Amino acid sequence: MRNWLVPAALVACAIALPFAAPTYYVQFVSKAFIMGILAMGLNLAVGHGGMVSLCHAAFFGLAGYILALLSPGYDAASLLLTLPAAMAAAAIAALVIGALALRTRGVYFIMVTLAFGEMLFFLFHDTGIAGGSDGAYVNAKPEIAIAGYRLLDLASPAAFYFVVLAFLIATIAVLTMLVRSPFGHALAAARDNERRARSLGFPIYRLRLIAFVISGAIAGLAGYFAAAQFGFVAPQMLGWHLSATVLVMVLIGGLRSVTGPLIGALVLIGLEEVLKASTDYWKLAEGLIVIAIVLALLGGVRQLWPMIFGARPDAPPSRRAASPVAEGHNG
Amino acid sequence: MDLVTFGVQLLNAVQYGMVLFLVASGLTLVFGILGVINLAHGAFYMLGAYLAYWIAAYTGSFWIAMVAGVAIAFVVGLVLESVFIRRLYGRDHLVQVLLSFGLILVIDEVREILFGKDVHSVAPPAWLAGSIQLTDNLSYPVYRLAICGFCMIVAALIFLVITRTKIGMIVRAGAENREMTRVLGIRFDVVNRYVFAVGIALAALGGIVIAPISTVFPGMGDGMLILSFVVVVLGGIGSVAGAAVGALLIGLTDTFGKVFFPSVSSILIYVLMAMVLLWRPNGILGRREV
Amino acid sequence: MADVALRASGLYKRFGGLSAVADVSIDVHVGEIHAVIGPNGAGKSTLINLLSGELLANGGAIMLGAADITRLPPDRRARHGLGRAYQKTTIFQEFTVHENVRLAAQARSPKPLRMFGQAAADAGVRDMAAQAIARVGLAAQAQTVASVLSHGEQRQLEIAMVLATDPRIILLDEPLAGMGQAESRDIINLISSLKAGRAVLLVEHDMDAVFELADRLTVMHNGRVIAVGTPHEVRTHPAVRAAYLGDHGDAA
Repeated sequence: MRNWLVPAALVACAIALPFAAPTYYVQFVSKAFIMGILAMGLNLAVGHGGMVSLCHAAFFGLAGYILALLSPGYDAASLLLTLPAAMAAAAIAALVIGALALRTRGVYFIMVTLAFGEMLFFLFHDTGIAGGSDGAYVNAKPEIAIAGYRLLDLASPAAFYFVVLAFLIATIAVLTMLVRSPFGHALAAARDNERRARSLGFPIYRLRLIAFVISGAIAGLAGYFAAAQFGFVAPQMLGWHLSATVLVMVLIGGLRSVTGPLIGALVLIGLEEVLKASTDYWKLAEGLIVIAIVLALLGGVRQLWPMIFGARPDAPPSRRAASPVAEGHNG
Repeated sequence: MDLVTFGVQLLNAVQYGMVLFLVASGLTLVFGILGVINLAHGAFYMLGAYLAYWIAAYTGSFWIAMVAGVAIAFVVGLVLESVFIRRLYGRDHLVQVLLSFGLILVIDEVREILFGKDVHSVAPPAWLAGSIQLTDNLSYPVYRLAICGFCMIVAALIFLVITRTKIGMIVRAGAENREMTRVLGIRFDVVNRYVFAVGIALAALGGIVIAPISTVFPGMGDGMLILSFVVVVLGGIGSVAGAAVGALLIGLTDTFGKVFFPSVSSILIYVLMAMVLLWRPNGILGRREV
Repeated sequence: MADVALRASGLYKRFGGLSAVADVSIDVHVGEIHAVIGPNGAGKSTLINLLSGELLANGGAIMLGAADITRLPPDRRARHGLGRAYQKTTIFQEFTVHENVRLAAQARSPKPLRMFGQAAADAGVRDMAAQAIARVGLAAQAQTVASVLSHGEQRQLEIAMVLATDPRIILLDEPLAGMGQAESRDIINLISSLKAGRAVLLVEHDMDAVFELADRLTVMHNGRVIAVGTPHEVRTHPAVRAAYLGDHGDAA
């Protein structure tokens, strides 16, 4: 019973938020949720698949640009048409980049994803597509309309928030299903021992590529809503600094859990907000905090991390959850 | 394209490639020997350029700026290795990526505090400031030629050190067989510290020599980091010779790409990288794994 | 003779200028244990890597039943019915015994990458895993994390994982390395039971075990096959005595 009690309470709080909090906070939480979707999607590749990608911001930004490009002037775009198109574009980009990058391993993979991500950045930065380095506006938020009657208009912050919340929950559901499925277990096996997994008969390349594409599509989902929320897209959306920032969220939240990166996103975005309000040199502070987090993790806090941020015991084979040594420390 | 124009472009390509090589060889050495992927490498390139601007502005001498800039970067490298980088040996690449990302944020902000975010230019030394008249209406800056020559000397030095000296043997042994060096009783911690500092100093040196022909601007490190990565992916990681091949390939592709395919020139090097990945995923001079 | 599970003919593998394996042919029949022996550096490990697909041959052909697997990657060979247990224990250290073996069984199931439903809930895969675990005698440790198993138990787990993929041929790479007497006995008994209905190719240094287990032997020396035959034939083969068994008189 307790298993569903906590998530249910959290969802109830999330639903209640727009009725209790000022619009600013509703928008802020929407933004954090969008980054949470991005971080959870990225973690399918990084934490579950062992693929440290530095190009997910490119998928995120690409999807945002698709919305900008498909939005008709000053009218609202149709969500039912543009969202699948944006996610499909992100997925196709992930398929092409993943197909090439997965020919490599480890540090090569990181460098190749970073380079191809920057290629997409330059594509939007240097060419005239959607305003070049100046970016482009999404003048009206997308809507769902049938025969001219608006069923859903994202222009209202509360409506936008609820749509994002719905997609957030859907993302968690899909990722949880994937991670627990035979696919997810095979992916974890390939991460932990590629050679053995291959000799058992798992097609490692295809397995990882599928995970990478799904992960890219989820990043696209997040990018679509980010573009819709800000009403603006710029090449910086695709830049690798965002990819690295999202990796920090993943690391804060815990690599082996589905919802951990969401918590990481909430923590880091909240932190950024506080830092921006309190110092001009917030990037310096953020850099120092990132370094401190990494050093803390290296120093052994890592074992504590999943206890604090919830690597779920029913998550797939996980270092901490399965280790009797860790349990020994608990008891 | 007539022969003279072609020659000029070729010189440009080689000069660009040589600077790339300086920076990328530092990156590939650090990875090959320490096993650490350092995303902050580009930040030191940027820092080198700003130091060149700043010191040259105070002292009026590019040469002082060059020597002092490299020395500062070297010392910063020693300090960073002993405080942060040594904790990353043998760790997940993810942790290395994020710690060096944190360093980038810090370095960027420190640069902004010290130097601001304005774009600057640096004057080359007076006796290198002229141009050589090639034809009636075509000339070539002496400084660019000097860069070619200087970088070739540095490259030759790097190769000499790696192939001929005891330190180079240690470096090669480290890259190829960590266990063996441990058995030989080599002070790994000391070698590591200096290799990292040299790597950083090479990045800064690249930034310093490029400063007079490029502008000095905040985002220059990011662009160079990506290019260095492409160089390393093309050449094969840990291989200095591979870095040379990769750097020259990019120099040629980029320079002639801008001449022949100006509309798509910015993505040509990535197309090149994709082709190399399809052909030899471990790089042109990288070891083939089965 | 019984049908041939695996047939390699004229295999070559060169590293640089060095031939690690030269003109090696070998056939392994269903129902037999075929041992490959030879001094260190004879090319046994290279051969097993060529057969499992971790190395690709420079020349020659490998047939698995009627299928030509010469150019196939390891995962495709596994799906064709080739199972390999490793010399160094390379199971998934953090998973339980059951999860390790369940993964192996999943790899051989009709839809190994199914995205729907819980992995642990597939009854067919679970039964297959449970059978393999029971077969090697690890049923009591099924929920133990692999990393805390003893050395011998980890070897049993390796074999259980191979069995769970239901292979036609099993490649065993030094299954007895680093084991004590008592532990070895259990593994030897287990190995001798494996050949029922399938073929076993065994690379092993323990000569007593090899001559006890093997139905046929192939002797390698400097990358080449110098003798093939029954244990008795090999024992008395002059070239073998000269090359290899001379200093193992007690085994011969």
